[in-house]
This record gives sequence, C-alpha cells and structure tokens, in this order.
Amino acid sequence: MKNDVDVSSHTNAVEFDDGVYWIGALDPSLRTFDIILTTANGTTYNSFLIRGSEGVAIVDTVKENFSDEFFARLESVADYSEIKVIILNHLEPDHTGALPELMRRAPQAKLYISQRATSMLKALLKPAGGQFEYTTVKTDDSVSLGDRTLRFLHTPFLHWPDTQCTYLEELGVLFSGDIFGCHYCDKRLYNDRVGDFRFSFDYYYAHIMRPFKKHVMDALKLIEPLTLKKIAPTHGPILRERPRRYVTHYRELSTSSLSGEVGVTDKSLIVFYMSSYGNTAKMAEEISEGASIVDGVRVSLYDLEGGETDPFVDLIEEADALLFGSPTINGDAVKPVWDLLSSLAVVNLKTKIGGAFGSYGWSGEAVRMIEDRMRGLKMKIPHEGIRVKLIPTDEELEQCRDFGRSIAESLVGKPQKKAVIDFADLA
Amino acid sequence: MAKASITFEDIEQTVSVPAGTRVIEVSEKVGAGIIYGCREGDCGTCMMEVTEGWNNLTEPSVLEEKVLKENMAGRHYRLACQAQILGDCKVKPA
Ligand SMILES: Cc1cc2nc3c(=O)[nH]c(=O)nc-3n(C[C@H](O)[C@H](O)[C@H](O)COP(=O)(O)O)c2cc1C
Ligand code: FES
Ligand SMILES: [Fe+2]
Ligand SMILES: [Fe+2]
Repeated sequence: MKNDVDVSSHTNAVEFDDGVYWIGALDPSLRTFDIILTTANGTTYNSFLIRGSEGVAIVDTVKENFSDEFFARLESVADYSEIKVIILNHLEPDHTGALPELMRRAPQAKLYISQRATSMLKALLKPAGGQFEYTTVKTDDSVSLGDRTLRFLHTPFLHWPDTQCTYLEELGVLFSGDIFGCHYCDKRLYNDRVGDFRFSFDYYYAHIMRPFKKHVMDALKLIEPLTLKKIAPTHGPILRERPRRYVTHYRELSTSSLSGEVGVTDKSLIVFYMSSYGNTAKMAEEISEGASIVDGVRVSLYDLEGGETDPFVDLIEEADALLFGSPTINGDAVKPVWDLLSSLAVVNLKTKIGGAFGSYGWSGEAVRMIEDRMRGLKMKIPHEGIRVKLIPTDEELEQCRDFGRSIAESLVGKPQKKAVIDFADLA
Repeated sequence: MAKASITFEDIEQTVSVPAGTRVIEVSEKVGAGIIYGCREGDCGTCMMEVTEGWNNLTEPSVLEEKVLKENMAGRHYRLACQAQILGDCKVKPA
C-alpha cells in the first residue's frame, strides 16, 4: 500500500530523512518559466531544513510570492531562533525571493555562499538595505551543525556563475540546486511516487544545463565519488529511489552521442548556405573545396532550403567552424540563416570559428550582418567574409577557395604569418 | 599620439594602437578569443591573462581588483573591458 505524502495543504513540512525536511512551495499554475521554458504542470521551489544537534540550517528559499507557504512549513518544524546557517546554492530569484524576510526573522543566522556570489548578493539585498554578513565557501569547506556536517562543492555555471552544491555528509544527501532539477509539480514529492517526469528532466537539462556541458563534466567529477543516498534539487521531485541513475544520465547527456565519429583528431567545418539563383551556392561549393584541401579538417556542405533547423543544432554543437552563406534579399540575410542562428542559444559557441559569404545585387548587407550576429554569439571571425556582386567570376571563385582554405588552416593551427595591423585600419 | 602595441596570443596577431586604447576595443575588431558580458567591469567574463608587459596596462581600479578576486583570478589576470594599453603587451583569454 502506498503511503503517499501530500503537501498540498501548503503548511506542513515533510521529513524525508532523519531531521531533514522539505519546506518548499508548489506552483502548479506556472506554464512559462524564465521566458524560455514551458512546463506541463507547473513547478516546485524546493527549500530544505536540516536539524543538527547544534542548530538548524536552511538550504535555499523560494520565489518571493510563495514566501507565506515557505514560512508556514518552516514554522511547523523549527523556531527562527534555532536557525544558525542559511545556504544559498545559487542566487537566482526563484530561490532567494524569501531570503530578505528570512534574514529579518532569523538575524543571527550566517549566510554561506560561493565566492562568485558576493556581488550578486549585494545587488539582491540592496533594496532591503541594512547590514548583512556572509561567509564565502569553496569545494571541501564545510559547516557543522554538531552531529550534521554540510560540505560544499563548487560547481560554477550550472546554470549561474555562482552555483554550488551542498552535501550532507552523515546522511549522503546532496542538495544540488538546479542541477538534477526539472519543472514538474507533484504534491507526492518523491521520484518513485510522482507521475512520469522523465520528459521534464531531459527538457530541463536540454535548455538549462546543455550550454554548460563542460562545466557539467567538471561538476560530475566532484559529485560522482560521493555516497549518494538522496539528491534534493531545487525544482521537481526529490530523487530518493536510485539517485545515481540521474547522475549517470547527466554524464550521458553531456557526452556527445557520436563523439569520435568525425575522427578524434579531425576538426569539423560546416558550410551552410541558401541560394535562389545559385550564385551563393557556387561560392559555398568553392569554399568547401578550398577547406577540404587542408589535412585534418572534415568539411560538410548543407543547403538550408529544407527549412528545418533543429537537426543541425547537434551538428553545430560538435563543429569547430561554421560558415554561413546568404544572398542579400531586401537588405537582409535570408530567414533560414537567422532561424538557425537564433536556435543556438542552447549550445556553447564561444570557442568556434565563424565566417560568412554571399552574393548580392547592389547593397549586399547580408554578409556583414551575419558576421555581427556571430560576433554577438561570441564566435571568432578570423577572416572577413566574401561578398560577390551577382555571378561570381573565376577570380572570385578562386578567392572563395582561398577563404575556405584559410579558415580550415586557422582550425588546425596554421595561421599565415600576419603583419602588425594598425588600429586605425580596423573596420 | 604615443603608440603602443598589443599581441593577442591566441590568434597570433599584433596590433599597434594609440596609447590609452582599451583592450576590448581592439580584441573584438581583430576577432581575438576574449569574450565579453557586461562590458563594464562587473561580470568578470572578459578575464584575460597578461603574459608579457603587465606593467604596460593601466592599474586596475579598486572595483576591478574586487571582481578579479571574486572570480578567483590568477596572477597577472585583468579584465579586458577595463584595462587600457599604455605600452607593449601580450595577452590571451583566461
Ligand atoms: C526579392 C529580392 C530582393 C533582393 N534584395 C536585395 C537587396 O536588398 N540588396 C542586394 O544587394 N541584393 C538584393 N537582391 C539581389 C540578390 O542578392 C542577388 O540576385 C544575388 O546574386 C542572389 O544570390 P543567389 O544566387 O545566391 O540567390 C534581391 C533579389 C531578390 C530576388
Ligand atoms: S565584460 Fe564584464 S567584466 Fe569585462
Ligand atoms: Fe536557477
Ligand atoms: Fe531555479
């Protein structure tokens, strides 16, 4: 017989381990989170209370308009005067909304945040004014509650720069912040009791963590060696039934499915283009030819005419260089190019090389606009793009081949020796 | 106006600039790998390592020192959106 918990009365705390309580809030009507995420049934803001022999700790709070619910649950198991420690795993408002009020009610409590969180904390508490003290912590620092020890793991950028996790040593509970979280609202609270939330878990990873895969891997190096009895994230179910599955799943999600497929040492260069009369297409072919000459670079050439951009996102994530070709139509690059460039928020482009090219009739804005967009996405543009008026001549096609070759060479670390440029000559 | 030069190690590019130019103004134009967030010395995104000519950049402000410290900057790290080039130096993304 199932003994389901039910937290929909909005007043009770749930003890899910010895002296460890969930004191969060349910937000079943939320459908859009942070503008970019949708939810199927809302979300939860999970906050936790840990009782030790020498005091009480609170890990994260809730979104401000859910403060009443949070305080009611807190009051059901502890007195404000008992709170010794407040830990913030990251300072996003959905977990720090009730913080100023909590600090007013428990002025003796000490705040523990990561080093990177200090300037954010000040910005956050500015409106509330007053003095506040805090301690910054890093990996392996810990705070004691007598018979309970809370140890910190520095896990930056997951998904805020200041993110950390907190590990309750004696019980093997990891308070993981948004890591391993999902927007899923179910009053039954535990992963083995709630509805099937797998899609939410993957969706959350794909939108929130995926851009930071490298940092996920770093964090997993700290998390995997831990004895994990339970994982308590800040959104969605508490993972008490086989919690390690979720850690393994994160590693799988962060490892590229086809890694090594292009060749362990080969660099991948992708040329995307659109062309109405075939001029930009001709350029794209020549550029690919030129790039293919360079050893160690695998070149792919794709027409965006099909319109579907989703299938390309994975490819782009794995690529080392991206070139976009577009004719100028009504003073702009064509829509499929913008669609693709705007669907890349979930991948990290920072270390990638970019370039643009295209045919035009009289004004030819497309190439510069694409370059600007790529710079905005923090890509490197080592070579100015090629613009060709209408039909490319043999000489211009030769330039295209050179352009392709130069980009490919910059990928394998063979930049041509460049003279000193004068600042005044820079565009 | 006095001239200075800055080399971006990642792209092996040297640029000669008027003394007083901010690194950010040059690095973006030549496509060096230093990346920017707030552009006003607050977020720490633009951290770079100064590998040569550390003294040829303007002194970090108190605020910059603070941001560097918060971001656990190594020795000879600076914010590219803040540092101004006074003489010859060499930098790379942190
Ligand atoms: C509807 C339409 C609008 C256009 N608008 C522009 C424009 O604003 N500026 C420009 O330079 N060329 C413009 N062109 C000209 C194309 O850029 C030129 O024909 C180019 O060579 C097409 O390259 P493609 O063969 O790769 O499609 C336009 C062409 C069409 C059909
Ligand atoms: S870009 Fe934010 S500190 Fe320089
Ligand atoms: Fe968050
Ligand atoms: Fe969150």
